[in-house]
Amino acid sequence: MKISLFIPCFVDQLMPEVGLDTVRVLRRLGYEVEFPRDQTCCGQPAFNSGYWDDARPVAERFLQVFSSAEVIVCPSGSCTTMVRNFYPRLLADSPMKEKAVEVGRRVFEFSEFLSRVAKTADVGAAFPHRVTYHDACHALRELRLKQEPRELLRHVRGLELVEMQYSEECCGFGGTFATKFAMISGAMGNSKAGNAEVSGAEYITSTDPSCLLHIDGILRRRNSKVRAIYLAGILAQTSSAAERRAGAAATETAR
Amino acid sequence: MSTASREFLRRAAEKSADLTHRETLRRVVDNCNTSMESGRTRFADWEAARQRCHEIKWEALNNLDRYLLEFEQRVKERGGIVFWAENSAEACRYVTDLATSRSVHKVVKSKSMVAEEIHLGPALEKVGIEDIETDLGEFIVQLRNEPPYHIVAPAMHLTRKDIAALFKEKLGDVDTDDPQELVAAARRALRRAFFSAEMGITGANFLVADAGMIALTTNEGNDRLCTSIPRIHVAIAGIEKVIPRLQDLALFWPVLATAGTGQPITCYNTLIGGPRQENELDGPEEFHVVLLDNGRSELLADAEQRDVLHCIRCGACLNACPVFRTVGGHTYGTTYQGPIGSVLTPHLRGLNEFQHLSYASSLCGACTDVCPVKIDLHHHLLENRRDAVRSADRPFTERVGFQIWRWTMQSARRFELLGWLARAAMRVAHGMRLEGTPLDPLGPWSKNHASPVGPKKSFRALWGRANGGN
Repeated sequence: MKISLFIPCFVDQLMPEVGLDTVRVLRRLGYEVEFPRDQTCCGQPAFNSGYWDDARPVAERFLQVFSSAEVIVCPSGSCTTMVRNFYPRLLADSPMKEKAVEVGRRVFEFSEFLSRVAKTADVGAAFPHRVTYHDACHALRELRLKQEPRELLRHVRGLELVEMQYSEECCGFGGTFATKFAMISGAMGNSKAGNAEVSGAEYITSTDPSCLLHIDGILRRRNSKVRAIYLAGILAQTSSAAERRAGAAATETAR
Repeated sequence: MSTASREFLRRAAEKSADLTHRETLRRVVDNCNTSMESGRTRFADWEAARQRCHEIKWEALNNLDRYLLEFEQRVKERGGIVFWAENSAEACRYVTDLATSRSVHKVVKSKSMVAEEIHLGPALEKVGIEDIETDLGEFIVQLRNEPPYHIVAPAMHLTRKDIAALFKEKLGDVDTDDPQELVAAARRALRRAFFSAEMGITGANFLVADAGMIALTTNEGNDRLCTSIPRIHVAIAGIEKVIPRLQDLALFWPVLATAGTGQPITCYNTLIGGPRQENELDGPEEFHVVLLDNGRSELLADAEQRDVLHCIRCGACLNACPVFRTVGGHTYGTTYQGPIGSVLTPHLRGLNEFQHLSYASSLCGACTDVCPVKIDLHHHLLENRRDAVRSADRPFTERVGFQIWRWTMQSARRFELLGWLARAAMRVAHGMRLEGTPLDPLGPWSKNHASPVGPKKSFRALWGRANGGN
């Protein structure tokens, strides 16, 4: 199976390590990964702001770029939602409507791909830290992913998954909402950061790098000890030392 | 930017920073959400119940003309009067004219959001009629001269201490913060009102077509006193409140109670079908129903958002909404707060003036998940945004910005080049410590966030290097 990477525009420009980690994990599992270089953006910023006429040609362009892809994997629940759930709406009167539905069936959010397509829970990662998972809204409520990312985390050697209070509550990013209504977004983000801190986690992770970009900025502004890390950032780590430790512990338990 | 929008921003900034207010709100809403969650488990299949409610409402709305006429016919048969009001002004005029012609001096009101929507209170005051809210929460906010804070819990934002201080000042005969005694003081004041009022005004949670009855739901029983003691009873309801059959209440009553407060069933559920009949001992001499349109027909004609009229005003979407929990009910400046208010208000009061409410959402979708009649709330916010871009005033810079964005995103080279420039600008600004200054390229982002470090290389650049230009 050949995977075509769908790298969200902001990940491409601001968080390249998210893309690199995604590639590392997929390649470790033996997949061939390609990056269609002609891709830009899925159109979500304009779509969410109400500029559907501007979003439409960008969406149609996306479909052309990915039209022959076998499987499309995206390190973002939000951008996956845009293609799978919102393209059919946006392109309802476009000649590319059928194409939208068809491509939508082949696009998967990263953790969704691992659990539902690759059917893997253990990707051979090691991350000896306490981690809490933030349910990103689009992954949770549009793609209905709740246990999938948690299952992946539970199989990471040395990782202790702690649940924070209100894990399903929105972090307040919401795209342009974060700048248009900065006071509300900031309050929500600080509430999320506070819950992560109280959970005792060292890291907060999620299926959406956009939430994490926001949460990370807030955590650093608060001089918090908690750090934000994208899911693939954890799954990509295979420190051999950590593996040895985990291995020893496993033998210990087996005895 | 509209006046309503400026006011919203001002109040939102104030309330977002008010930690005490947010804590009070969080506590109350958490209680509500916890009871609702456990309440849902009393249903064999909550999802099926939601689906069925959705279908019944769908059926009612798609045959609205028929069911409303059936309702009217039955009410008339029992000697009631039905008035069809096109808008707020007509509805208010009908009630004030009726009250004046029947020498009414005092009106008792059982909680009605439609009465709030048409501003009935001020209309009554204008013609010299005293109006007293009899729902405890409404009574409290009326004493404070405030609009309801939440469609179900009008005084949700107040603590026991706030209420004690208010009662001490306004009622005079109580000086304690003991809940029992506070309630007793309100009861004393309200009993006097019930027995001296000539007219009782209620809303209607449902208009039951086949029975020709209005269904009222309260926890305090104040609706029963409003509808049985005064000699005239006026019920005001939006036309969308109709349900086809009496038996539908077997589902709607428990669903409304569960979604609203988590109760298995609300304490008082009352059906009223007309004035006192010949063989009856009590009840009003006159029974009027005002059926209010006020923009609802237009919404009904909107195939995309028709389901907004399914709303049973349970308040669950407010409790689920993280924006509501941050800014509170008064910030909205609308009769209906929270997600349902943000969706509905532009339809009732104009998109241009209230478009900001559609944008004041992170589109998290928690509202849609809890809605017991399955209104597609957060997607309707998206549609309202689209309609705002089409027909309302949006900032010039935003319009131009998205044109540039579109031009950029239609070429990978342009995207790469502009991305490089933006990252360079970020790094320069960071190096010059421009965060938070007017020259900060990140603008309002820097209010809450430490700036992201603009990476030197984009993903595509790194990929090209590692994969030989793939």
